[in-house]
Amino acid sequence: MSFLSEAFWVLLLGSLLGLELIGKVPPTLHTPLMSGANAISGITMLAALTLIIKAGSNIPLLVMGSISLAFALFNVVGGFLVTDRMLAMFSRKKSHK
Amino acid sequence: MNLSEILKFAIDLLAVLLLALGIKGLSKVRSAREANRLAAIAMTLAVIGVFVDSFLNSSISVISLIWIGFGSVVGAFLGMLVAKRVSMTAMPETVALFNGCGGMSSLLVALAVAISPFSSSPEELGTLLVERISIVISIFVGSITFTGSIVAMAKLQGWLSTPAWMLSKVRHVINIGLAVLSLVAIGSLLSGSGSGIWLLVIGSAVLGIGVTLPIGGADMPVVISLLNSYSGVAAASAGFVVGSQLLIVAGAMVGAAGLILTQVMCNGMNRSLISVLFGGALGSTISSGDSDSGEYKNITSCSVEECALTLEAAERVVIVPGYGLAVAQAQHTLREVTRALEGSGIEVVYAIHPVAGRMPGHMNVLLAEADVPYEQLKEMDVVNPDFPATDVVLVLGANDVVNPQAKNDPTSPLYGMPVLDVQEARTVFVVKRGMSAGYSGIKNDLFDLSNTSMVFGDAKKVLGELLLELKELGISGKA
Repeated sequence: MSFLSEAFWVLLLGSLLGLELIGKVPPTLHTPLMSGANAISGITMLAALTLIIKAGSNIPLLVMGSISLAFALFNVVGGFLVTDRMLAMFSRKKSHK
Repeated sequence: MNLSEILKFAIDLLAVLLLALGIKGLSKVRSAREANRLAAIAMTLAVIGVFVDSFLNSSISVISLIWIGFGSVVGAFLGMLVAKRVSMTAMPETVALFNGCGGMSSLLVALAVAISPFSSSPEELGTLLVERISIVISIFVGSITFTGSIVAMAKLQGWLSTPAWMLSKVRHVINIGLAVLSLVAIGSLLSGSGSGIWLLVIGSAVLGIGVTLPIGGADMPVVISLLNSYSGVAAASAGFVVGSQLLIVAGAMVGAAGLILTQVMCNGMNRSLISVLFGGALGSTISSGDSDSGEYKNITSCSVEECALTLEAAERVVIVPGYGLAVAQAQHTLREVTRALEGSGIEVVYAIHPVAGRMPGHMNVLLAEADVPYEQLKEMDVVNPDFPATDVVLVLGANDVVNPQAKNDPTSPLYGMPVLDVQEARTVFVVKRGMSAGYSGIKNDLFDLSNTSMVFGDAKKVLGELLLELKELGISGKA
């Protein structure tokens, strides 16, 4: 039960932290912020990894874990790169001045 | 705690700290790029944490490593490919696609655990109620996120349009039916039987389609933002499934931050979340109600040449870029036109409405791509007081964001939405392909005003011609 009670504290505090972190966002950043937060939601790749590691030699689990990992990494890698592409355009403009 | 546990704990703690700093930094222009990298580093750390943990406990097999390698190479390669290739105009659908895949990943993990649990017998869905609940939430939310995001992407790409019957009340009946079906499946799963699992997968997947399909194009960004929040929830519940604190805290942060961002966007568009989710297309109900207001009485149209002459004589020009400009991919041509104007000493600024483009903030990205100096982009509150002192306003493919009805007509559905007061300027040119209404489906009173002239044509074509006319008048960017 200790993991569970801890987990709920973590859930609660994590949610509050999330609410607190996004206060005033300038409209300029809505698209990159959405895209960046989106990439972070691919953190579920850790679950896929754990699944594969624990699966042992259970083939169906290995296959599903691997597909899940592919989806998550697509989300993570694609999300961070595309966000960086967008933000690079903003910062390039600033350095001109 | 032994040494390996302490090491793992320290890595996880650092990862959470960096993730929080990353999200925080993403909401400020100056720090956004570094923040994004910080978050990427945090994710890498988190992965290292998983490996450190399993290596130290020597519980990782070669087979596992092969499957890990396979999945990560395929996923990372495709993600990289899409991220590098996709055009900036296609950003909303790209975000939707990535997001849907995150949801799919959570769904698959939960499904795998449910179908073949590590320890308990395959007939039962976990021994603890909380275990079952987290599996069920992961599947339910993950499935909705996946199909909803894919539908959103297809709609934004123009691959899919809303079938007419979807706009009638029938859709509520269907969606409620699907929701009840999913709830029944959830009930059976929570009672410990594993038999309802496919019913839940299919029910919630179709529900995701049913809820997203009727939503109009203008509201799509809000939905994507909401689905993004869902994918955080799905990740957090997947964290309960596999017992990872890091996953729970990161998922919760994304879920909550996504919710706030959704709310901020709704405010910017003068829409409530409820009306976005259940209202469907705003225009369909309005235009049938008062058809007489949809007619224009006093339209003036003019040639590109006249427009060029007026621009040449101006001292201060404000450009209002909109969705039409993004669709025509005309931002580069626009940049050349403004360079030409600036070259002959005309002051040019861009007025950016918070929801210009295809999603909030999208227009800034598009203009940045076309090398428009950041300092020339003025936000609505900054630029509005300056319109009376402006000679020419050039409205490019924007519609609802410049509709004076939002200020003057309390009966208008747009009433109360913050708009750009372009009608205060001396002359307004509206570049538009035809007289069709914007997303709202509402007539734009601006077009009827005496100081407004319409220049009909595709934004890119008109701007190209405008550039030639300006050159003939002796104005060129190279001056």
